[in-house]
Amino acid sequence: MHPWLEKQRHLIDFTLAALARRKAKNIGLLAAYALLVFVLASLALFTQALRKEAGFVLAASPEVIVQRMVAGRHDLIPPGYLEKIGRLRGVQKKEGRLWGYYYDPVVSANYTFMARPAEEVASGSIMLGATLARARGLQPGNLISFRSYAGKLFSFKVAALLSPDSELLAADLVLLSEDDFRAFFDYPAGHYTDIALSVANPQEVRNIAAKLANALPDSRPILREEVLRTYQSIFDWREGIVLTVLAGAILAFALLAWDKASGLSAEEKREIGILKAIGWETGDVIRMKLWEGVLVSLSAFLLGFVAAYIHVFYFGAAIFKPVLQGWAVLYPSFTLVPAVDGLQIATLAFFTIFPYSAAVLVPIWRAATTDPDAVMR
Amino acid sequence: MLRPSTFAAALLGAAGLAFAVSLLDAARLGTARQPARDERRVLVGKLGLTDLSLFTEARYTRHPSQADLHSALQDHPAAFDHFPTGALLAPPPHLTAPYASLAGKTASPD
Repeated sequence: MHPWLEKQRHLIDFTLAALARRKAKNIGLLAAYALLVFVLASLALFTQALRKEAGFVLAASPEVIVQRMVAGRHDLIPPGYLEKIGRLRGVQKKEGRLWGYYYDPVVSANYTFMARPAEEVASGSIMLGATLARARGLQPGNLISFRSYAGKLFSFKVAALLSPDSELLAADLVLLSEDDFRAFFDYPAGHYTDIALSVANPQEVRNIAAKLANALPDSRPILREEVLRTYQSIFDWREGIVLTVLAGAILAFALLAWDKASGLSAEEKREIGILKAIGWETGDVIRMKLWEGVLVSLSAFLLGFVAAYIHVFYFGAAIFKPVLQGWAVLYPSFTLVPAVDGLQIATLAFFTIFPYSAAVLVPIWRAATTDPDAVMR
Repeated sequence: MLRPSTFAAALLGAAGLAFAVSLLDAARLGTARQPARDERRVLVGKLGLTDLSLFTEARYTRHPSQADLHSALQDHPAAFDHFPTGALLAPPPHLTAPYASLAGKTASPD
């Protein structure tokens, strides 16, 4: 074997033997370190995957949604509104949408009702999101009744369930025909919840929104790019919130690592003194400690990252679920498409491996450059 | 007897291998789960969906991109936002940005 490699192996042997002398303390440190990396990596992988998912699927959402505001609140679109919009140049397609919320006291959950054309959902039947169907124990062919806000009971036949793969988007969705929707919510004829616009030229979207705001001053256009930006910022915010909550733990670990690494115990100082007295060079002592820092931090990083990967992409980030779920009764069951990028890993590795290795080195360099006699005293 | 450095190298090698496998697995899962994701995108386009159904407890958390600026506090003036998700959910940036000229501008008095 190459003499340099053999020397490093001996240094590593010595380092591990020294670590083994304080086994419980060092295993505890490694476990806490790996746990910290696990939480940080889980958070990074989870938010990044959700961010990518939202960006990918919502890129197909309508270019512009037009809402009408009355007294600061979202109000119904009155008849005639659609015609006014139709005169705007660049608008390819316009569609009045009907959707709303329904609170189901049986499971204390909120549903989103949405009207669909009769050729998709026949009158008297509904299509359900898989999460909702699970919560109510429904299968295609079953009947379900909802009491409307007017107090009338409406019965629907479950025609089909939406694909379980779509739970992240349609957990609480109830699709029904337009006639049923209007009858159930007692919706005034000719009114809509909002309007979805298709714009042929993406460059024109902002201009059309500006024209809309001028032509219909009580309207509020919501652009697709705003929807996408909302989701990017939601997950940035969430990552920030969890990081804030974790800040205490991160600081506590930083203190522990700093204390362990920088505050050399009398025993360690004596050890360095003895090593120098028997002929070790300052460089050897530093190399030995460098190996210690690299071995501990690299093991913690690798273990923490792999555990985080399994947690997020095979166990659905089960630890974060209660935080995400909030008070919601319907929580979708979903699998994320991994979005692991090099920059993310490099950042995580830099902030976990580098500080510890550096914290180990500085005090050792100070101790190793002093006179062995003084260190041993 | 096994030298400690050999033992450490074996352990680190195994951890490094697991790390590499996780990266390869990410690529594999990405390919395997892409058709379902394409389906979700088709559903979004077909139904005109605008939001993920991650938080279904309140209307402004179910459809954050469609909610108006004060919907979290609309129950009565000075009402506190009482759903836990509200603490996790940032208001959409286009509503808080001072340059957002399109959001909620009305000519008629509210």
